[in-house]
Amino acid sequence: MPEHHLAQFNVAPLRHPLDDPRMAEFVALVGPVNALADAAPGFVWRLVEDGAADATALRPAGDDVIVNFSVWESRDALWEFVYRSGHLDAMRRRREWFAPPAAAHLVLWWIPAGHVPTVAEGMERLTLLREHGPTPRAFTFQTMATPEEAARAGGQSSAAACRPAAAAVRK
Amino acid sequence: MEDIEAIGLLQDPVRRRLYTFVVGQGREVGRNEAAEAAGVTRTLAAFHLDRLAEAGLLETASRRLSGRSGPGAGRPAKVYRRAAGERGVSLPPRDYRTAASVLAEAVEGAGLDGPLQDAARARGRELAAGPCADLGAAAELLAARGYEPFPDGEVLRLRNCPFHVLAEEFPPLVCGMNLALLEGLLEGGEVAVRMDARPGLCCVALSKNNKD
Repeated sequence: MPEHHLAQFNVAPLRHPLDDPRMAEFVALVGPVNALADAAPGFVWRLVEDGAADATALRPAGDDVIVNFSVWESRDALWEFVYRSGHLDAMRRRREWFAPPAAAHLVLWWIPAGHVPTVAEGMERLTLLREHGPTPRAFTFQTMATPEEAARAGGQSSAAACRPAAAAVRK
Repeated sequence: MEDIEAIGLLQDPVRRRLYTFVVGQGREVGRNEAAEAAGVTRTLAAFHLDRLAEAGLLETASRRLSGRSGPGAGRPAKVYRRAAGERGVSLPPRDYRTAASVLAEAVEGAGLDGPLQDAARARGRELAAGPCADLGAAAELLAARGYEPFPDGEVLRLRNCPFHVLAEEFPPLVCGMNLALLEGLLEGGEVAVRMDARPGLCCVALSKNNKD
């Protein structure tokens, strides 16, 4: 088992409310694509709202912005799911459903294996990326850092330890 | 090694046959089967395969081909597969990759996936010589465009992504463009095109059109 897992957090500004007919095809894909993630090699965790099947009703980044938050055993495990699985077919249609983000919209960072990250932690890492560009504490696929580089840079976020974890699907 | 020297190695017909064979298998290939396919002795095949590996055109590994392990399984065999890196020569020098990357970055930032897909579909139609009557005709067409198609049951999959570097940099954007291009190219024929991303392959799969 790796000592570190890779967390990914991204925000997606909705073009229309989720109950708008123009979003129906996206809404219909959420369940199947989440199931694909849950079954993907290297999947560890994804954010789920208490009592719901997904996190689409959680709006920490704004009323019309949905978030996607998950943890993976490695960079490659996340990459293969995001870009080399059925998820890609949904992603190629992203601009039908989501406005192009004005700033960085996806952030990656290393967490100790077993740690369940919080939404506050995700928002904090995204802010770090937006304000300072990619660093070992908050980076992107194109600017990956190693867990060792993250540790040297003071890897843990202040929000990580003390807030209650969101409900989670665990494999 | 310089690209031009590596590519120059393929002028030798035996090396070229060996390289083409290894690439066409899409997996690790041993010396014996490569020799057999190229119609040369194992010793000669080994010599040329190693030259191709030294030049960075192939990668090598050690495997026990028998599937057994432990004592009595025999010595591991040297196996070869296509190297991940790209080789290219342009005279005079051209750099379309940087241009493509800059254009893609702007298109991505502006969220122009839709117009890009429309343009790709239109370009596909322009490139098409006529509708493809069956998967065989589609395979020929896509082979000529560098996709390296191969049959996988009833489906035709594509071993090579002609836009690989750009697709790794901007996956949804470039894979969406590629799908639309192929939709345009194969429009009106008996072949259905869909996205079915798999590790290590182009994300598009083709099958017989079941419209009726």
